[in-house]
Amino acid sequence: MGTGRVAFITMLELHNLVCRYGKIAAVKGISLAVKRGQLVALIGANGAGKTTTLKSISGLLPPAEGQILFEGRDVTRGTARDMLSLGIAHAPEGRRVFPQMTVEENLEMGAYLRRDGRAIAQDMERVFEQFPRLAERRAQVAGTLSGGEQQMLAIGRALMSRPKLLLFDEPSLGLAPNIVERTFAIIQEIRTSGTTILMVEQNAYAALEMCDYAYLLESGSLALEGSGQQLLSNPHVRTAYLGG
Amino acid sequence: MRRAFALVFLAFLLTLPLWLQDPYLLHILITTGIFTIAAMSLNLLLGYTGQLSLGHVAFFGIGAYVSALTTLGFDVDIGPWTFVHEPWPVMAGFVLAVLISGLCGYLIGKLSFRVRGAYFVIVTISFAEVVRLVALNWVDLTQGPLALNNIPAFALSVPGLGEHTLWGKVPNYYLVLAVAVAAYILIKRLVGSRIGRAMVALKENESLAVSVGIDVTRYLVLAAIISAALAGAAGSLYAHYVKIIDPEIFLFIYTVTMVIMVVAGGKGTLAGPVVGGLIFGTLPVLLRSYLGPEFQWIFYGLFMIFIVFVLPQGIVPAVEQRLFPSTREPPPEALATVEPAKGEPQ
Repeated sequence: MGTGRVAFITMLELHNLVCRYGKIAAVKGISLAVKRGQLVALIGANGAGKTTTLKSISGLLPPAEGQILFEGRDVTRGTARDMLSLGIAHAPEGRRVFPQMTVEENLEMGAYLRRDGRAIAQDMERVFEQFPRLAERRAQVAGTLSGGEQQMLAIGRALMSRPKLLLFDEPSLGLAPNIVERTFAIIQEIRTSGTTILMVEQNAYAALEMCDYAYLLESGSLALEGSGQQLLSNPHVRTAYLGG
Repeated sequence: MRRAFALVFLAFLLTLPLWLQDPYLLHILITTGIFTIAAMSLNLLLGYTGQLSLGHVAFFGIGAYVSALTTLGFDVDIGPWTFVHEPWPVMAGFVLAVLISGLCGYLIGKLSFRVRGAYFVIVTISFAEVVRLVALNWVDLTQGPLALNNIPAFALSVPGLGEHTLWGKVPNYYLVLAVAVAAYILIKRLVGSRIGRAMVALKENESLAVSVGIDVTRYLVLAAIISAALAGAAGSLYAHYVKIIDPEIFLFIYTVTMVIMVVAGGKGTLAGPVVGGLIFGTLPVLLRSYLGPEFQWIFYGLFMIFIVFVLPQGIVPAVEQRLFPSTREPPPEALATVEPAKGEPQ
């Protein structure tokens, strides 16, 4: 649960972030902080603004107002490329892979901005150690992998950029129950190995169980925040998100 | 195996004029070769980045006009100024054709790739039409519908050896073959590189490509520049081979022919436009000797429909899957996994 760790340094801070699609504000001024080494969960119903928040952190959607600070630096206007080279990787929703590229090529794409060929090869071997299924299928075209394998590949690809902060968008969506469990176990392993994680998850119970800190979004605004345990025992969260 | 096949095919093309003396057939092969180069250039955009340029003939035509005007010379009045250009050697015309077509590709790419998709299609169609109208109406420069006549034949100038003009079919055949091979190697190198990987990535899943740090617009513009420059080279070869060009060179039907060559041959494959170009460049003419013109076009149309329905991926991928079943075949799910929808508000 992250207790016992000393002196958390704030890695990511959002100040009054507002994101709009045309005139509609999907995120209406949220502020949150992610500390180094933490696993932070962002929970909420469909359309609460979770994915939008992640997209603006990773530079895919420029925020309309507010500020994004990464390691103390103002990165509000950064492009996806800038964010990636600063160390923010995004594993987007729906286990996206490049379907006609092989497993290896997909992983190489994750290291696209890196120029250190030998280290890339080592990192790829590390990913293969972590995901033996991918190693067996390294020359296979990604579109022919099963849903769970594609999810592993998407996670592996995100790791290939050597991120300091990894953004997960609905990692459990559409996966079989045993694969969901495996996916969550991997996310915890990644966190243990030192990568900070901000995770959007609809499976509120699982997310709150494993996170250090959580934010609850409701129609674009922050409704609640606290440690995973605090939110798990909160009556509002229990009735609205955990089914009583 | 594939390399061997390519080399045998190249050897066949190299020795062809030794036993094929018929100037008419050589003429067909030369024009087919020129259109094949144009189809290869289109394939770079359509096949590797997924952007449909329906005005691709504009770059071809610009190359032809630039090369012709450079070698013919011209004098035009723009307002109070008169520009006089003395004829330059053909090699200079070729280089200028490549450069100016490439520049046009850059401008069109810069203009339209911020929005992409249908907008790019519309911008390219309009561009071709605008260029056609300019060629038709700027009579001072282009002679308008009277056409530019007496364009000099291609001349290779080698330092120390003087200038060598390519008269006749055989030298022109080898010239076109050399440019086609150079274009093929260039495209092969390009798509095998980091740049090519980025292009394929953005075709497969653009939002994902952005999120792995690929600067999508930059690579699309780069593809447009190279594609337009190659089309310009083909246009220059065309102008100096047929020796007369008029604004009809910008007609939509020529773009359609290039698209058919690429799609039928197999877009996104290196050999696709070559195979498609050879078939659709020679077939209409060869059929002409056996069938009346009315049946010829009907047969041509039926053949196209057949290919689209039976081999939707194109001829080359279909043959490859037969010959080399181990090679990557696009999985059926691949089509389902590529999501056209952009981010929906959450």
